Amino acid sequence: MEPKTPSQNNWFMIFWRAIRVPFLAILMSLVVGAVILIISGANPITAYVALFKGAFGNANYLKRTLEKTTPLVFSGLAVAFAFKAGLFNIGAQGQLLLGAIVSGFLGFAIKGLPPIIHIPLALIGGCVAGALYGAIPGLLRAYSGAHEVITSIMLNYIAINITDYLSDGPWKDVSGTNVIARLPMIENSAKIPYIGPVPVGFLIAILIAVVVWYILEKTNFGFEINSVGLNSHASRYAGMKTKLLITSAMVVGGLLAGFGGSVETLGVVGRFQPGFNVGIGFDGITVALLGRSSPFGVILSSLLLGALKGGANVMQFDAKVPHEIIDVIQGLMLFFVTADLVVRKFFRLKKDRGLEVHVAAGWGQK
Amino acid sequence: MTAAQSTLTVHQLRRPRWMVPAILTVVAIAIAIISYLLNPSVTEAVLGATIRFAVPLILGALCGIYCERAGIVNIGIEGQMLMAAFTAYMTNSWTGSLPLALLVGALTGALLGLFLAYISVALKLNQTIGGTVINILAVGITGFFYQVNTVTKGKFAPIPLGPLADIPLIGPVLFNNPPITYLTFLLVIITQIVFFHTRWGLRTRAVGEHPRAADTLGINVFKTRYVSTMIGGALAGLGGAFLTLEGVGLFERNMTNGRGFIALAVMIFGKWNPIGSMLAALLFGFTNAIQTQLQFMGINVPHQFIGMIPYALTIIVVSGFVGRSRPPAAEGTPYEKE
Repeated sequence: MEPKTPSQNNWFMIFWRAIRVPFLAILMSLVVGAVILIISGANPITAYVALFKGAFGNANYLKRTLEKTTPLVFSGLAVAFAFKAGLFNIGAQGQLLLGAIVSGFLGFAIKGLPPIIHIPLALIGGCVAGALYGAIPGLLRAYSGAHEVITSIMLNYIAINITDYLSDGPWKDVSGTNVIARLPMIENSAKIPYIGPVPVGFLIAILIAVVVWYILEKTNFGFEINSVGLNSHASRYAGMKTKLLITSAMVVGGLLAGFGGSVETLGVVGRFQPGFNVGIGFDGITVALLGRSSPFGVILSSLLLGALKGGANVMQFDAKVPHEIIDVIQGLMLFFVTADLVVRKFFRLKKDRGLEVHVAAGWGQK
Repeated sequence: MTAAQSTLTVHQLRRPRWMVPAILTVVAIAIAIISYLLNPSVTEAVLGATIRFAVPLILGALCGIYCERAGIVNIGIEGQMLMAAFTAYMTNSWTGSLPLALLVGALTGALLGLFLAYISVALKLNQTIGGTVINILAVGITGFFYQVNTVTKGKFAPIPLGPLADIPLIGPVLFNNPPITYLTFLLVIITQIVFFHTRWGLRTRAVGEHPRAADTLGINVFKTRYVSTMIGGALAGLGGAFLTLEGVGLFERNMTNGRGFIALAVMIFGKWNPIGSMLAALLFGFTNAIQTQLQFMGINVPHQFIGMIPYALTIIVVSGFVGRSRPPAAEGTPYEKE
């Protein structure tokens, strides 16, 4: 911690210092997004108003925004946790898919259980699947030095193939006239309910974010994960089992991603269907970086991205703006938040220490 | 570690490096000839599809080689290809000129290469994240500006290379292709020569291995990285243009479909070497072609398992179970002048 001047003791200033770069990055991306909208002949104000209305305008819209937010919290945490250990978990997508399909399978294959047992069982199944899948790049990184980015990109494709096979083969929905490759609907007892417009899955996501925060900030394990991320050599000399820590960071990342896939299947989609969860794992990267790898930052940035996704349809309908503008804005956000140098130069901010994300560079076997 | 290294050297002395690829190539040719004798049309179709699938992978892998040999990790190849596929398609749709469209595609890739170089050389950002930015922006921008009602103005037609095209099997597969395919194989040879037989290549490799030493010897590290990343970007752009001008002939949202990432795998599989990468790309292309063919013939092996093979192979290779692939040493780290 830096020594505090009186002005920094003010809670508002502390809060502002923590969020100012992401906040200004978001602002800049909305401005650049507006320029793109003007170039393409649309009115950015109409578009943004429609976007906001579509995200929060009524209970139904709010429900959809929260539904979109929920898996993002999980995949954001999955990426953020690995970031803390200096790893780039670009494989959240594959881990999420496996979690989604296993919980979808447990959701329809087991019958006659009360929800209080069925839902946790399916969730745990999904978590275990994700954790095991996350263990592969973790083990490879720790013991053979293979870079987790390339192995987990490959594992993403393998996961697509596995889930395609299962949903067109052994686990396919063969009832009635179904010809699509997908799993049967899950039993009612496995469905995660809603409280009004709020999906219970969203509340679980918040809870998990708090748990992750606790682990990272208040436990020995979290401390060791952080120190491996900051300097793995020093950690090894300090007597930490760095290989084990690297593996377990990926296992926890995989577990969180698998959890997200399960909540998506059990809470929103109601079955596993290939192509329904595409992109959530990659959005997790944006979420984690926007949220600066902090669990609470992840919640905020997931809400932001969830609102963009939730409002996109209404914007497309009301303002006649293709919803792909959301992807453009998201890419810009990612750019500005990582290129914080640009933001700082533009707004003449000083560098604040202790808030940067550390990611291992290169493929190297270092 | 030292023991492993010394056995590796002994190993290399006894068995020349080209031995394994050479044996594999001979086996592959033998299998091709036997299957041609059994079923000519299917063999031709499979091998033709192999090449069509391999070309964008080769170009993407060459892009990776140019960037990474100079020390820049480029996981934005996917985005560079997608964006170039889009601009090439739009140019073709507006002007109807295929060469111009090809040029625009390559330029788009080069510009994105410049962007990546700026992010990683000037801003010294994390290059993996820089590449991810390119990927996400490419999906968004192409999706946003693409209008479904645009029409294509044709695509490159195959050019038979005189009498060579009449040779059975080899002719139709190798010597009756559209121009970008020929260009690709030419570029593989050029890149091989440039990197391993010219002064420029040696210098670029030095920048990727040990920028400090290169700098001491008077090589401009920053300039080398900019130039190399832009050349790489142009090649990825060609790969993207291939998809819309030669392969599919149309633009579809997100049409690169992971080819940029597979190209990275191809590059690692090929050990950052152009000819090695070409062979790896052909292997990937072949598994894909055979997968499609099996599906077509209704054979009951789940095609997804064949589809997994290239990815699983890549993991095995990068994990060092089969040979060791070593990346350029200074890769991914921004260079700071003292």
